[in-house]
Amino acid sequence: MNVERIEDRGRVEILEDQCKGCGLCVAACPVQVLVMAEYLNSYGYHPARYVGRGCTGCGVCYYACPEPAAITVYLREAAAVRA
Amino acid sequence: MYVRAYGKPKSIYGVFERKPGDPRTTHYCPGCGHGNVHKYIAEAIDDFGIQDRTILISPVGCAVFAYYYFDVGNVQAAHGRAPAVATAIKRARPDSIVISYQGDGDLAAIGGNEILHAANRGENITVFFINNAIYGMTGGQMAPTTLPGQITTTTPMGRAPEREGFPLRVSELLASLEGPTYIERVALFDNKSRMRARKAIRKAIQVQLEGRGFSLVEILSPCPTGWGMTPAQACEWIQKEMLRYFPLGVFKDVSATRPPVHTAASREAMPLPSVASPEDIFALLGLEGVESVSPPLMRETEIPARYRNPRIKVAGFGGQGVLFLGRLLAEAGMRQGYHVSWLPSYGPEMRGGTAHCHVTISTEPIASPLVSRPSVLIAMNQPSLERFEPEVIPGGLILYDSSLISTRPRRTDVETLPVPATQIADQLGGAKAANMVALGAYLGLTKVLPAESVIVTLERMVENRSLLELNVKSLQAGLDYVSAR
Repeated sequence: MNVERIEDRGRVEILEDQCKGCGLCVAACPVQVLVMAEYLNSYGYHPARYVGRGCTGCGVCYYACPEPAAITVYLREAAAVRA
Repeated sequence: MYVRAYGKPKSIYGVFERKPGDPRTTHYCPGCGHGNVHKYIAEAIDDFGIQDRTILISPVGCAVFAYYYFDVGNVQAAHGRAPAVATAIKRARPDSIVISYQGDGDLAAIGGNEILHAANRGENITVFFINNAIYGMTGGQMAPTTLPGQITTTTPMGRAPEREGFPLRVSELLASLEGPTYIERVALFDNKSRMRARKAIRKAIQVQLEGRGFSLVEILSPCPTGWGMTPAQACEWIQKEMLRYFPLGVFKDVSATRPPVHTAASREAMPLPSVASPEDIFALLGLEGVESVSPPLMRETEIPARYRNPRIKVAGFGGQGVLFLGRLLAEAGMRQGYHVSWLPSYGPEMRGGTAHCHVTISTEPIASPLVSRPSVLIAMNQPSLERFEPEVIPGGLILYDSSLISTRPRRTDVETLPVPATQIADQLGGAKAANMVALGAYLGLTKVLPAESVIVTLERMVENRSLLELNVKSLQAGLDYVSAR
């Protein structure tokens, strides 16, 4: 079990096949835990990818992303008070 | 243990049944602001708990497909007409939350008039105005909001105000009116501006929820494809270029002081002036003394079944009196107590052009005045017969002026009645009364309306004595022509 990950306040899930690679979430992330993937998704875009640790669950990437369902942000239960 | 904090709003469908292909992504380009605005609106709809009573009006433009994304009531309006459609829906269903979603080509160009008047009336609707300074969907042409110097496909050397005028500042313009309650311009270029946009969108819906009247949020939104930029460059361009011409801010907000006159409670407390009584309306139309205002039942009359509740198209040259014929039919029908409608359609010419009208006479309320499949065609010239013959329903009636139309109708599944109307009228002293001959023949054959009722109506509509006499004589001649057949 990854101890550091459990301690993260948030977690972001990106559905890569709904990502058009615009990069707005990567630019928006205040803690810079999102990157553009080297590989291509089924549309031929480099999808955004979560590096796997460091997410604060602020939701900024969600509001920056133009796709309705591509990004979901989770908060650790104790921190889950909706902004 | 993690819980979902931010994700697809409930008011956005899980699957977009738009067309074959991936049904989970929008049709918008990478980095386009429409998706963001969709999310913010849907989130507000979720949070206010109004999904079941929200009606979204989709525009013409890239967002035309908004109805594939929003899981609410949806109506798609003609170009620029969303505020008028929203007005109608809101007035018909005052408890619904009506959102007009429009782009700058739609709202500021072709729909400039609609938005101006909806705002000025203070309609209790919410308008989201996406300003990306370009016609995005059609390939990046200049819009009213295009910046001076901005290169578009129709201003390849940049918009020159001397030639193409200045960008239209819609928010400032509308804020100068008395009607609107809340008007703000926001933008989508960084985290802070997006949060501000989200907040403004919620507030605009809140204003409507509270019944406080018209709200509009203008959203400066990236169009990377139309601008020929990357999404990041597009955000930068909004900040550096668009903000210079379109400053952000609240241009009008009287939501705290404007009384909530559009709520159910205040509608009850202050009912609109009542509509006129049927008697008042009849008096206004000069129909006093009409004994019965209840529709006679055509099935109990002597009208043969196939002629009842006719849907009529009358067509001919402008000047032949086809519109008058139709109006006379409708008014006489009204005098008899039927539901009637009359819808004229004509070119700009007073004479020499072509004209036609749609008439419905019915024992039932009429849903649409448009007669696209007539049961009766009265054709006063050759082009009209050729044009409308195919529309007549099987078993219908085609009555045509055989003095001007040399060919017989080709249809064999309809009843045809040739009447030398112009010739008969000419013999009576005026070829222009051919319309009355045709009408007489129609009534003689079908018995849809009693001739007396038409004559009484004629007396009201035609002031000139000699013309009235000619009309009555011609009508009678038409009746006689049919009975002598």
